[in-house]
Amino acid sequence: MIVNGPISSGSYAIAGAGNPPGLLPAREQMALSLGWHIILACFGVAFPTMIYVVHRRGIRRNDPIALGLARRWSKVSAVLFAIGAVSGTILSFEMGLLWPGLMGRFGDVLGLPFALEGISFFVEAIFLGIYLYGWDRMPPRRHLAMLLPMGFAGIFGTFCVLSVNAWMNAPTGFRIAADGTVTDVNPWRAMFNDAVWLQFAHMWVGAFMLVGFVIAAVYAVGMLKGRRDEHHRMGFTVPFVFATVAALLQPLVGHILGLQTGDRQPAKLAAMELSLNTEPKAPLNVGGFLVDGHLRWALSIPRLGSIIARNSFTRSVPGLNDVPADQRPPANLVHWSFQSMVGIGTALALLVALFWLARWRKQDLLQRRLFLRLAVIAGPLAVIALEAGWVTTEVGRQPWVVWHILRTADAASPSPWLWLSYAVAFVVYVGMTIGAVVVLRSMARRWRAGEEDLATPYGPGAGPADDSAPSDSTSGYPAAGDDTATSTLR
Amino acid sequence: MSLPVVVAIAMFAGVVVYAVLGGADFGSGFWDLTAGNAQRGGRIRVLIDHSIGPVWEANHVWLIYVLVFWWTAFPRAFAAVMTTLFIPFALALLGIVLRGASFAFRKYAATLSQARLFGAIFALSSVITPFFLGTVAGAIGSGRIPRAGHGRVISSWLNPTSVVGGLIAVGTCSFLAGVFLSHDARSSGDFALAESLRRRTLVMGLITGLIVLAGLIPLRSDAHTLSRGLQGRAAPLVVVSAVAGLLTLWLLYRRATGAARFSAVIAVAAVVIGWGVAQYPWLLVDQLSITDAAGAHATLQALLVVVVMAALIVVPALSYLLWLTQQQAWHSPVSGPRPGPDRLQT
Repeated sequence: MIVNGPISSGSYAIAGAGNPPGLLPAREQMALSLGWHIILACFGVAFPTMIYVVHRRGIRRNDPIALGLARRWSKVSAVLFAIGAVSGTILSFEMGLLWPGLMGRFGDVLGLPFALEGISFFVEAIFLGIYLYGWDRMPPRRHLAMLLPMGFAGIFGTFCVLSVNAWMNAPTGFRIAADGTVTDVNPWRAMFNDAVWLQFAHMWVGAFMLVGFVIAAVYAVGMLKGRRDEHHRMGFTVPFVFATVAALLQPLVGHILGLQTGDRQPAKLAAMELSLNTEPKAPLNVGGFLVDGHLRWALSIPRLGSIIARNSFTRSVPGLNDVPADQRPPANLVHWSFQSMVGIGTALALLVALFWLARWRKQDLLQRRLFLRLAVIAGPLAVIALEAGWVTTEVGRQPWVVWHILRTADAASPSPWLWLSYAVAFVVYVGMTIGAVVVLRSMARRWRAGEEDLATPYGPGAGPADDSAPSDSTSGYPAAGDDTATSTLR
Repeated sequence: MSLPVVVAIAMFAGVVVYAVLGGADFGSGFWDLTAGNAQRGGRIRVLIDHSIGPVWEANHVWLIYVLVFWWTAFPRAFAAVMTTLFIPFALALLGIVLRGASFAFRKYAATLSQARLFGAIFALSSVITPFFLGTVAGAIGSGRIPRAGHGRVISSWLNPTSVVGGLIAVGTCSFLAGVFLSHDARSSGDFALAESLRRRTLVMGLITGLIVLAGLIPLRSDAHTLSRGLQGRAAPLVVVSAVAGLLTLWLLYRRATGAARFSAVIAVAAVVIGWGVAQYPWLLVDQLSITDAAGAHATLQALLVVVVMAALIVVPALSYLLWLTQQQAWHSPVSGPRPGPDRLQT
């Protein structure tokens, strides 16, 4: 079905003529940095909770397999947190280097949650340090408790960062005077803006989805290769349970958030739905492209658009034609990333539902190679869904950086070095990705080879302390059945 | 004292702590760089890993604290600095990134050649980062940041004051790290290593002292306001720093490495605080005062809440971490729990 609309070609491009030359590289660099960092941020938010579960089980039940998992995961998290911390540092520099027009004018409006997030970053970094070095050096229970502040800091930090992003979508807590200056600043109002709670919920659940599916996928690969021991089973199941809860919850959260978007940012919803004319009983356009102002190759399902996007049989879905031409986001990109996110999210929800349904019917899908293959694919798919979601909301907000207040073009740095800076950033990110993959893979390989303590190559002498910890019963952790050690160390 | 000044002090406290904790951290890269080949330098590199391992991540959060306070409390000054000093900030950032990532990668590297590559990146970037951050300080201190931003692209940070700032930063970081590493080597029982580190740290301390003294000469013509402040209001701090520096050298000479740590921290902190006092009441020297640069009043008040929260949450947690790292159990090359008395070497 093809819908016609009087939209001239090119009006959806935002980096058009008249924009400062720094706009495109600044946006690209920011997108790269955020898109890269968000994956590690997810691990920072969700991984400590999962480690807590296996670590607690290991202590409570004297389960050496669970303890082994916790030990390995904590080493993996050390690598991920370290590079996550540097990519987080990159972002805080980039706020100023790339977007001085935003920070100079609105820094005191949006800055407070960042300052609070700094506290949670501190807490995470401090307790991560304690936790990593606490293996075999602290009484087990106190050691386990070191994960709790990390988990809470993750929640709080997510809220703070999402609060800034939500503020960009629903700016409040200030007034613009006649001469353009920002007055009457209320940073708490800006922080607790109308959009923050749902955006936070969406991202927080998303973090557990991503980490749950990615880690489960790692162990699914192992099982496909024939490593069907209890270690792999638990390594799969624990994150998969988290992913299950998250994947089933996420459609609901996302739906409510989408409803809000329609009220707050009609242009964004119009782009997400690829809706041209504001119409009641709007159809749902699956796929499709906007070409020269016409909707092509879309599968249009009558009335479903209003039902899904507006929760109503009759309420209209906003159309791009009602948005002034210079305020339209690039609709195709927004639409496709939105539908990728929704499509993948739905598929993942079905996958977890299938697994537990089969389990309820006394069937173990972990014995089926097809299911394991799907579980492997689910890892990268969860990453893509999260990235697609961010592309949707960020590109859908264009051409504004602060909705209807400040254009992205006016926020970008005029520096002539931005393309070079983007090129260097690109190389650095590629390098860090390769470095992380090489190191993580080699860790996995050495673990499989039975090398539990991953010694450092810098000899002679003992390696860095956290690597030379033994995994046997001489440590503070009891071997199975050894009760006396726990009681004396309590 | 006005609210903007209080917030500026809170922010500057972050600069001082970062200079000490982050500085010792960066400085260890200098010793890593000059440690020699994998065979000879192995022990010192293990020591560095061991010493900064548990704290390096927390140390660098101070930088984020400073940046965030800066843009929230003094947004205009932040934009002015970022638009002018794009290059040194980008290079310092590059150094921070390469350093952090390669430090983590090196630790888990599978082969010696991988570890060498990551180690070289770690060590080099540890040295260039404080240099560029020092040039930033020099640019601000010599009044080269126009209040509206968009100052000179190159000469704003490539000038006598900035170069002096960069060299002092590298020198003090290395000196500080040398003192700490000497002590750590001593308390882990590696006396041969402690001895060689101690000797080299003494040399480094003398060089750094000379740089600081020589640096005062170009400052007089290149950074009037700062230089006047250093000779006036901040003079006591300069004296404290000089005395503490000399005391550190003497303590090192006498092999009292434990006490030398404290005087070294005082020397570095005093020189950084001296810079801040010398340029008061300017945030951007000769261009923008702290009061003029301040953002909304309500935001400054909210930041004080953050400071209180940080004092209540971060300070105890950080103290706990630092205390733990001083325990004997954390220094033993673990082969099980070490009962027995905790020996605190100070």
